Amino acid sequence: MKNHGTSLVSNIEPGQEVLSVQNISLSFGGVKALTDISFDLVKGEVRAIIGPNGAGKSSMLNVINGFYHPQEGEVFYCGQKRNAMKPHQIAHQGIARTFQNIALFKGMSTLDNIMTGRFTHMKTNVLQHAFWRGPAEQEEIENRLKVEEIIDFLEIQTIRKTPVGRLPYGLQKRVELGRALAAEPVLLLLDEPMAGMNIEEKEDMSRFILDVQEEFGTTIALIEHDMGVVMDISDRVVVLDYGKKIGDGTPDEVRNNQAVIDAYLGVPHE
Amino acid sequence: MSPDFLNTIEVILNGLMAGVMYSLVALGFVLIFKASGIFNYAQGVMALFAAMTLVGFQTGQVPFSHLINAVFGTSIHSFGWTLPAVVAVLLTVVVMILFAILVERLVLKHLVNQEPIILFMATIGLAYFMEGMGDLMWGSEMKILDVGVPQGGSLWLEEFTAGWATEGSTYYGMYIDRLDIVATVVAIVLVISLTLFSQYTRTGRALRAVADDHQAALSVGISLRKIWVIVWAIAGIVAMVAGIMWGAKSGVQFSLSLIALKALPVLILGGFTSIPGAIIGGLIIGVGEKLFEYGVGPLIGGATENWFAYVLALIFLVFRPQGLFGDKIIERV
Repeated sequence: MKNHGTSLVSNIEPGQEVLSVQNISLSFGGVKALTDISFDLVKGEVRAIIGPNGAGKSSMLNVINGFYHPQEGEVFYCGQKRNAMKPHQIAHQGIARTFQNIALFKGMSTLDNIMTGRFTHMKTNVLQHAFWRGPAEQEEIENRLKVEEIIDFLEIQTIRKTPVGRLPYGLQKRVELGRALAAEPVLLLLDEPMAGMNIEEKEDMSRFILDVQEEFGTTIALIEHDMGVVMDISDRVVVLDYGKKIGDGTPDEVRNNQAVIDAYLGVPHE
Repeated sequence: MSPDFLNTIEVILNGLMAGVMYSLVALGFVLIFKASGIFNYAQGVMALFAAMTLVGFQTGQVPFSHLINAVFGTSIHSFGWTLPAVVAVLLTVVVMILFAILVERLVLKHLVNQEPIILFMATIGLAYFMEGMGDLMWGSEMKILDVGVPQGGSLWLEEFTAGWATEGSTYYGMYIDRLDIVATVVAIVLVISLTLFSQYTRTGRALRAVADDHQAALSVGISLRKIWVIVWAIAGIVAMVAGIMWGAKSGVQFSLSLIALKALPVLILGGFTSIPGAIIGGLIIGVGEKLFEYGVGPLIGGATENWFAYVLALIFLVFRPQGLFGDKIIERV
């Protein structure tokens, strides 16, 4: 099986729906994480998912990339209803992601981490790898070129061979973005890409996200807490609170939505 | 050079060779532990099973012949052929790969996300099952394994070194078993190829990725189940190599599966998650126990090789529980 994201998305025009979730409900035992949530992502947009802690934002991403299977509701991807799938199968459909608490392969170098991002684009099998010469070597070289492009793009040439466990936090986040980009995703899910960063690092990261959107036409869904950043870089925003959707629209619409203001500032209890 | 000095060198060399044999067994443990966090109790039995299967194929034994004879009252034992060693080894590799697939299908698949202790218990069950299965398939009598690995002391080395001692002293040259030399070469080749494989191929990177972080591995499209099959297959092949070397040395019989016990101190020294650790740990134990036996043994009545490794492991557990190369576990409170 090879990454078939590009062929899936080929007949979707910019501005048309790439993915939509419909009436998603997810619960763990008695705890409802998501209740009846619907929204869509159109091709080429940056879609922010915001909400207070515990609102279900990460759960939503986990549903989209297959870590969680909702009890109710459907996911439509590239115009087709998606059956229940394993996360690694979904990766082969062109959905890549980063994690809230960086999930890099700590013992491996920056280069190797980003190379694993190419996994879905490589198709030689374990026997060919055992012999190495021939197709496996050829494929390794081709994919290494792609990885070097991403390293240049993210300006991390100097840490190419450094084990990522030793990198500072901000750079680790950048390498993780690199690994997701290496998959040349149709849809990129970013779970708090700027958490814990200083202003300068946030600006860099915002610039990279916008560059990705512009240069590769990637559709991006991102979770972020910094409202300034969200308002600046996103085209549309979904607001969740206690697992329910309380707002959806452009940054301006969301900013003036009373329910959203209440959720963030709290309402006095009468 | 004085004979004493030469003797010490011989002891160290023999220790290194013995250490390589321990490392071979420990390597299989580390591979599986790294990739899936499972301490595979069955590793020793896998070595035994592989060695039995190899002998069975080579001598043309009919699998399950005892069972068949008992049920149908027939008396078949052998196909009546003998296979060349290379063919038998290749067939055994195929059997170990099939075994890995079966383990994944029948055991691991159903225990995803379980506690490590439960997986450990499962491998204990697996060990006893395989032991019985091996006996049922190939019979429980002791077998002689001969794949053409030379045995006995290296005469060349003995003659070559005999003249090294100072004039007038009685020194007859170094005694090193040729089997140990072959085992060392095989182990070196095995480790280098495993390292290259894991560094420079897609599958190798996937193995390392799964060892580091399951979730992240899934998110880049790696199927954990496939990786587990590959890891168990590689561990099976490593077990086969260990089984061949140990089997050639001391015959293929139940006690072969106990070599796993000797690998435990090696793992404690080297760390459960480090391949270089498994090798260096094995060498340290090999050299340590031989030198101890040579230097201190005669003073305390000998037979120190039986316990030296375990005492060393105990000391390590007290002062450096993560081993020489293992990951130090730091948890935020």
